[in-house]
Amino acid sequence: MSRRPALTARILLLLVLLVIAWLLWSGLYKPLLLALGAFSCLITVYLARRMGYFENDLFALRFGPRLFHYWGWLAKEVVRSSMEVTRIVLDPRLPISPQVVDVKATCKHPVSQALLGNSITLTPGTLTVDLHNGVIKVHCLTRSGAEGLMAGEMDRRVAALEEN
Amino acid sequence: MTIDMLIDIGSWVLLSLGGFFVFVGGVGVLRMPNLYTRMHAASVTDTMGAILIIVGIMLQAGASLATVKLAAILLFLLLTSPTASNALASAALLAGLRPSESTAADTERHQ
Repeated sequence: MSRRPALTARILLLLVLLVIAWLLWSGLYKPLLLALGAFSCLITVYLARRMGYFENDLFALRFGPRLFHYWGWLAKEVVRSSMEVTRIVLDPRLPISPQVVDVKATCKHPVSQALLGNSITLTPGTLTVDLHNGVIKVHCLTRSGAEGLMAGEMDRRVAALEEN
Repeated sequence: MTIDMLIDIGSWVLLSLGGFFVFVGGVGVLRMPNLYTRMHAASVTDTMGAILIIVGIMLQAGASLATVKLAAILLFLLLTSPTASNALASAALLAGLRPSESTAADTERHQ
């Protein structure tokens, strides 16, 4: 029973944040738009509740300089692999060697694992297909892409985000 | 005038490059042999295409609220599009669509 007030407080906090965000982004205060905003906020909170979002800490991902540093590195990777996939697409021989590899996620927290899975998908040429028990099944467009992923730099960087 | 012109040129370069990557993504989707490989090509549109075009529009919008909103749109796009790709890929896998060339990885594991 002692968890109950904390849960309600977390739900209300998210609702307040969503309402503030809506009002700031919208900037239009007509009844119809306000009603639609209220509806969006409530349905978002309901879906978040259904997904078990409130069972975890509300802000599992810390927005520190370290995260922005990671985003910078990720942006560089996205550009590099986009060029690679572009080169493959425009090559008349279409030199692909698709394969599926299993990548072990070093990080333990579900949010960190989701971050790693999404980062892998975001980089063109590697696609997260499944995440189960800390093992990520990744579809790779080329053998060299798979080898780059298996080198594990992304995994190390995400795991480093978790350390305090 | 010169600063405005430089920003305009930069913006048009970014927009054209973004359009190029969107085009490459489309060509890739047509050329690739199956669903999983097509998704790799489509992600070029999702990432490079979206980033370059939105940054190009941000240069046109200048220092205004619209630029902040565009930055938020870009952030949300980069957070949600891989999530949608994961859902699509995992639905395809659950439906029994095997990545046809998975045998390469399998044989390696058996060696």
